[in-house]
Order: sequence, then structure tokens, then C-alpha cells
Amino acid sequence: MNQTMIALKNIQFHYDPGKTILNDLSLSVEKGSITAILGPNGTGKTTLLHTILGLLAPQSGEIWIAGKNISAYKRSELSQVMSLVPQSEVVPFNFKVIEYVLLGRTPQFGFLDMPSEHDVELVRDTLEMLEVQHLEQRPVTELSGGEQQMVVLARALVQEPQILLLDEPTSHLDLSNKGRLLKILQTLAQRSVTIVFSTHDPDAAAMIADHVILLKAGAVLDAGLIDQVLTSEKLTQTYGTEVKVLTIEGRLVTLLINGRFGEKEKVK
Amino acid sequence: MNSTRSLWAKQYQRILILSILLLIIVALSIFIGRYPKPFWMPIQVLLEDSMAQRLVWLLRLPRILTAALLGATLAVCGTVLQMIFRNPIVEPGFLGVSQGAAFGAAVAILWLGGGRLTIELSASLFALLGLAGSFILARTIKFGGWVLRLILSGIVVSALFSSGLGVLKYLADPLTQLQEITFWLLGGLWSVTWQDLLYVAPVVVVGLLIVYLMRWRLNVLALGQDTAFSLGAETTRERLIVLIAAVSATAVLTAVSGIVGWVGLIVPQIARQMFGPNGQFSVPGSMLIGAIFGVVSDNLARTLLAGEIPLGILTSFMGALLFVVIINRSRIKLR
Repeated sequence: MNQTMIALKNIQFHYDPGKTILNDLSLSVEKGSITAILGPNGTGKTTLLHTILGLLAPQSGEIWIAGKNISAYKRSELSQVMSLVPQSEVVPFNFKVIEYVLLGRTPQFGFLDMPSEHDVELVRDTLEMLEVQHLEQRPVTELSGGEQQMVVLARALVQEPQILLLDEPTSHLDLSNKGRLLKILQTLAQRSVTIVFSTHDPDAAAMIADHVILLKAGAVLDAGLIDQVLTSEKLTQTYGTEVKVLTIEGRLVTLLINGRFGEKEKVK
Repeated sequence: MNSTRSLWAKQYQRILILSILLLIIVALSIFIGRYPKPFWMPIQVLLEDSMAQRLVWLLRLPRILTAALLGATLAVCGTVLQMIFRNPIVEPGFLGVSQGAAFGAAVAILWLGGGRLTIELSASLFALLGLAGSFILARTIKFGGWVLRLILSGIVVSALFSSGLGVLKYLADPLTQLQEITFWLLGGLWSVTWQDLLYVAPVVVVGLLIVYLMRWRLNVLALGQDTAFSLGAETTRERLIVLIAAVSATAVLTAVSGIVGWVGLIVPQIARQMFGPNGQFSVPGSMLIGAIFGVVSDNLARTLLAGEIPLGILTSFMGALLFVVIINRSRIKLR
């Protein structure tokens, strides 16, 4: 237990010199934990996820995945360890759901191989687990937002990853779909999949995360167990607006204090 | 029960039907022509007339096979470009290949004596140069994604070659050379010989084989950059390999056939309607449909009138009509 799955050490990343996105960022994530990367829009959450994934190479610093430096992995090996649910997946052609999800099996078979029976069955089982097996023959391009998110998740899951990265997974979902998705993530974590997701919504973090990383301007403001990090003071500092954290029915809930715009002097 | 077979039962069946259809059409095409009389040569004649035998062996057969290869290559190249650029309306001509070939052909007609093989070599050289130019230029552009940069460079290179072609046309002798350039630009296979076929076959066969082997990878490459990466694709390298394979095959064939438009735009659309976008089937599907389209178009080109109708005119005409039918029937998603 307590095996470190992801470790970032002093990561420095920028697209243009002078415009630092990630600044001396260090963090570690344990196996089977659910970690929320929490912070305002434009603070480098997606960049951080893409850096962990290996898509972006930092200018300096080290990334360790499952105890091995990321540069020691082959591309195909890495894709067997980690999978990504991007914030919005634009599929340009009307693949059927089952074909699209089968693409997630690609890392598990050879470079020029085609999916096998076993792959098809695994995809069907996964669709069933996510309760979307009825979508199997539908074109991906015609799904609703909630359905599409489940299908993208299925594609990431059939990769059989040890680490699942999700970029703003709940931002386009209504309440019931949000609940379903978060419940599934919890189930996955119990099967010792390590889950890291970014969100700008503290409540989504509070619902399932056990660890929180507060990100502001590309640096870690605070990181640790949720009870210690998700506090009124720290959230206020992160978002630059007054936030209160309450405990309701045993769960942390955030409250935006000046969210009513009742006080005129706040509007300039 | 084999679940991959049952999942794609319809696709496997259609591939089989199209393969049989292609074989039948190629076989029938041997008898289609204007010797000894218009449209049809009775089997009796082929068995007895030595002139007919030589005509079939030396002229019709290489021409039919080249038409099949040309159609298959243009179609599959269109499929590759549309998937990689994630855009259903790009076609093989862009990336500087068509205009490069045209320029190369004109150079050969004007200054290199205008021999058949010289034109082909010069056209394929400049077509490949166009492709290379587009890639090199794309690397120098400092903004935009990979796709946008390649498309922009393709437009630039094509425009440069086409203005060069304009100059050459202006310089050409209007009574001889200009006619030849114009006729070449209209596209056609009237003078194809076994020698031509043997000259293009290695590049074309290798190119098609690479694309065929990478037909599942193409699906991954059609996804967004981040997803393709997370699925283990070496996106830049893999895209480059499959693009160069497809476009080189197109370039050498264009050098033989001249500009044959619309096949590479329209056939991929038909293939996706028949097989779905999955490259596993849309790649072989577009090869087969393209080959059939190529052979049928060329049969029409060489038999319909006493004189040859340029192939490019026929494919553009039929392609444009088909395109209208397709865009009115389907929901092509443009983004």
C-alpha cells in the first residue's frame, strides 16, 4: 500500500519563454487514491494533466510514473499504464460507439493488429458496467453530452489503465450524470485505479476526492488530504473571492459569499 | 460465435461483393472497346483474330489495370487525407501534388523534348517536390496546429506551381506544345503501356500496402492530438509515414494519367457511407470502389465516342453529379 504512482519534482513549463505556466511544481499521488486538481480557470490544470500524460515535456524537472522515470517508457508502454479523458473530445466522423470505444484497446494489441473477439467482449462488458450498452450501435456524433462523456470514459477504461486522468470530467454534465460519473470513479478507485481529475468546481472535488491539490498560477498552493486543504481560508485565497466551506451531512460544501451581487460596490 | 465477424458482418460481406464486382468488371472491360466494331468484342474474335489478341494484351490490359490502380490510389489517398486532417472535404490534389505534376509535365513538354517517359519522370519528380515543399514550408510556419500549417503550405505551393505553369503556357508554342500541355492537364490513359505500368507499380503497390496495413492506426490518428497520444500513437511520425505513402503513390500515377479530379474527394464519401468511417473497412472499401470507378470511367472514355474523351473530364462530370446526390442524402459534418 501507499505506493506512489505519480511523482512530479520541480516541474517548470512554458510555451513561450517568459510566460511560465507551471512554476516549480512538485506533487505526488498514491495508488488507488482520488486526487482532485482544483483551481480557477486558466491556471494550468490542463497543462498539468498533459504534462503528467507525457504529451507536454517540461523544460525542467522530473516526472515519475509507477516508480519509473517517464522518459524510460516507450510510447506504447506508457499508454498501457495511463489513459486520458480529455475535456472535450471532438470525433470528426460518425464512428459507432462500439468502434470508437474499441480504439481504446489499441495500446493492448500490436502496431498493425486489428481488434480481436476478446477486445469486443471487453468493450461490451465496459459499456454494460457504465450502463450505456444500449448506445452500442449509435454514432458517437449524435450522443448527448452525458452519453458522450460515458462513452469517452469507456474508451479510456478499456485501455485498462492503472492511472486514469480526467480533464474537467463533470463540467458539461447535469446533476444526475455528474452523480453517476463520480460514483463510477469511486468504484474504480476501490479497484485500485489511481484517479486524478481536474476541476474548477470545489463541490465535485468534495464529493469524491480524498486528496486535493490547490493550483494557482501554475504553482501548488497547497496539497494534501481533503479535510486539511479544502478550507474557507485556502479556497478564498485560491479563487480570489470569498468562499466559505461548511460541513453538511458529513460532507464539505462550498458557499460563495459574495455570489449574490447584493452589494453594489462589488460591481465595478 | 466470432464477435468481431458478427459486429462487422455487413462490412465483410460488402468487401466480398465489391471484390467480385471488380473482377467481373475488369474481365468484361477486356471485351469493351471500339475494335473490331464499337462497344463489344465477341469472344470468338479474341480467340481467332491475332490483331485483337495483340490489342488486348498490349493496349487494353495495361490500360485497364492502370485505371484500376489509379482509381484505387486516388480514392484511398483521399480517405487518408480526410482522416488525418479530420476533414471530409480535402482531396489528394492539395499539398502541391497535382499542380507540381502539371508544372513538371509542362517543363518536359517545353524543354525536355516531350517524350512520353520524360514527361512522366518530370511530372512525378515535381509532384514529389510539391509534396516535400509543402512539408518543409509547414515546418517554417510559426503559428497554428499541424493541420492548418500543412493546408496553408499546400495552398502556397500549389499557387506557386500554377503560376509557373501559367508562364510556361504563355511561352509554349500555341500550335504544338500548348495543345499537348492542355491535353495532358485534362487527364487520360490513352497511351499507357506495360512499361508505364511497371514504372509506377513499385511505388504504388508499396504505398497502398502501407496504407492498408495502417488502416486501424488511421482511426487513432483521426482522433484529437491528446487522445491519439494517450492511445500510444507517435502521432507526428505515423501521420508522416501514412501521408507520404499515400501521396507518393498518387504523385507517380498522376504523372502517367494527368490531372484526374474528383475521384479522391467523392469515393471516400461513398466508402464511408457503405462501410462507416472505421478505416479497417473504409480503406479497403475505398480502394475497391475507386478501382471500379476508375475502370468504368476509363471504359467510357475510350469507347463512348470515336475519339477519346479525356478521363479527367468524365471523372469531374460524374464526380460532381454524384457529389450533389451524396450531400443531399447524407449528413456530412463540417467543422
